[in-house]
Amino acid sequence: MTNTRIPAVRPRPAPPSAPADRPATRDRRTRLLAALFLAPTVVGIVVFTVVPIVGSVVLSLFHWNVIDSPRFAGAANYRELAGDSTVLVSFRNTLVFMVLAVALQLLVALVLALAVNGRMPVWLRSVFRSAFFFPLVLSAASISVVMKYLFNQDFGVVNWLLGLVGVAPVPWLTSENGAMATVILVYVWQQFGFSFLLFVGGLNNVPKEVHEAAALDGATGLRKHLHITLPLLSPTLLVASVVGIINALQVFEQPYVLTDGGPGDSTRTVVMVIYETAFEQLRFGTASAVGVLLFVLIMAVTALQFRLSRRFVHYQ
Amino acid sequence: MSQATLTPSRLRYSLGPWARITALAVCALLTLGPVIWTVSTSLRTPAESFELPPRIIPTDPTAESYRGVFDQIDVWLLALNSTLVTALIAVGQMITAGLAGYAFARLEFRFKKPLFALVLATMMVPLQVTIVPVFLVLKSMSLTDTLLGLIVPAFPTAFGTFLMRQYFLGMPKDLGEAAMLDGAGPWRIFRSVYAPLAAPGLAIVGVLAFNYHWNEFFRPLILETSSQNYTLPLGLVSLQGNLGTGSISVVLAGVVLSMIPAVAVFVVGQRPLREGITSAGVNR
Repeated sequence: MTNTRIPAVRPRPAPPSAPADRPATRDRRTRLLAALFLAPTVVGIVVFTVVPIVGSVVLSLFHWNVIDSPRFAGAANYRELAGDSTVLVSFRNTLVFMVLAVALQLLVALVLALAVNGRMPVWLRSVFRSAFFFPLVLSAASISVVMKYLFNQDFGVVNWLLGLVGVAPVPWLTSENGAMATVILVYVWQQFGFSFLLFVGGLNNVPKEVHEAAALDGATGLRKHLHITLPLLSPTLLVASVVGIINALQVFEQPYVLTDGGPGDSTRTVVMVIYETAFEQLRFGTASAVGVLLFVLIMAVTALQFRLSRRFVHYQ
Repeated sequence: MSQATLTPSRLRYSLGPWARITALAVCALLTLGPVIWTVSTSLRTPAESFELPPRIIPTDPTAESYRGVFDQIDVWLLALNSTLVTALIAVGQMITAGLAGYAFARLEFRFKKPLFALVLATMMVPLQVTIVPVFLVLKSMSLTDTLLGLIVPAFPTAFGTFLMRQYFLGMPKDLGEAAMLDGAGPWRIFRSVYAPLAAPGLAIVGVLAFNYHWNEFFRPLILETSSQNYTLPLGLVSLQGNLGTGSISVVLAGVVLSMIPAVAVFVVGQRPLREGITSAGVNR
């Protein structure tokens, strides 16, 4: 009758770093080896990531077209962006894309991972797993070339299929909403396998006994998933959404190949604007300013997400 | 009392296994459908490529479109460029990630923590944000419009380094200690004890790198201006531009050609690829 709790098993604290490690620290040969081993990675990261980050900020304060020498511009590039409707629209498009694409991707991946996790022959499970993972190995650019034909309004297979069930031809790539929907669908089609694999891995880590105990208590179907599987899967859900969001904010290939940003600016994304401003219009300062803003956006969204997740993520 | 488990809510929410498997099969077909359509359309004559309803098995299969691709673009050159770039990056990443991962996992030196934090932090910085200065850095090294300009910046890999560090951390410490007692120096311990054990981890890094860089589009688009430096994805998109909507089957034949190595890696490297992706979620 007393509610005896089984004491939680705590991992023993790691022993304080053994004194035997100390002489190794002073070993000159070890330090030399470490420096040699790290040099390619650290030098590469400094030259191709750290310096360019600083460079982006500095460049964003200059007018520069590569040909003439750079002129200091102060905040002029940023003021220019605030009045540039294409840039503003591209940020709105990217945010809309991010929310819809990530939500759809996580939902599809989660439902399919739960379904694949159910009872079925082992060979069949691995067939499904491979099928859902397959689009990930293909190139986004060439897949978008294929999808451009499939989503063609007049001779595309998608509208032909919809026609079979009596739906009138949809202007997938030629209307503003249709174009955004197509870009999202093509992106999700290729990307959901990533979250799917994360979820399958996460579900394998959920102990069987938890489900059995829940079943004994009468939890079934949807309720079991909502109250037991999801909380246990929440760390994986966090990683999948963080990676999903960072990737979605960088979307480029799909809108570039499918719609070239159109119709109008309806599918122009931030990265497309960076590309066009820098490498087509040679406005390197302005492009850097857009890059800095994208960086700030990514950091802000990720920080917000970690903040929110504190309330929903449960670690076992 | 086993009947008692058949409560109404269970009937409503849990699909029977057959319904679930059928639904999964439909989803799998939707996932693979575009690829199947691509292969089958590439085997039709250009004139028949618009055909609706799409027939999965071409009535009269022909390699005519494949010949068309070779006429339009220099497939061999593009494939050679892609292979060179991808293979060198994959090998380069295996080396840099293997060395750095080992240093972070098993060697003691000053500034280890801040250096590792720096490497991890760069995983958060997408290339698209820094592409303008990266382009300028490469220009100052005269590496724009060269294949080397694609290869060298891709050598350091934050994710690969992280993965290899986890991998080395998972190996027993006593192996190295035993070798040290036998008089092996730090290099010998790495070379003869730990490096050979790291092969599966390195395979993950290599397969991930191959998959990513074989399909890469953004950096080649910006860096390579002369068509003799194009990689396959760039060549394909330009193939589509040359032809307009004239002959789908030729464009799709090009897509199929570029898919072959990716599919080969999928078949051979499926497990390392999957493990690489899964560990992105589980190890953190």
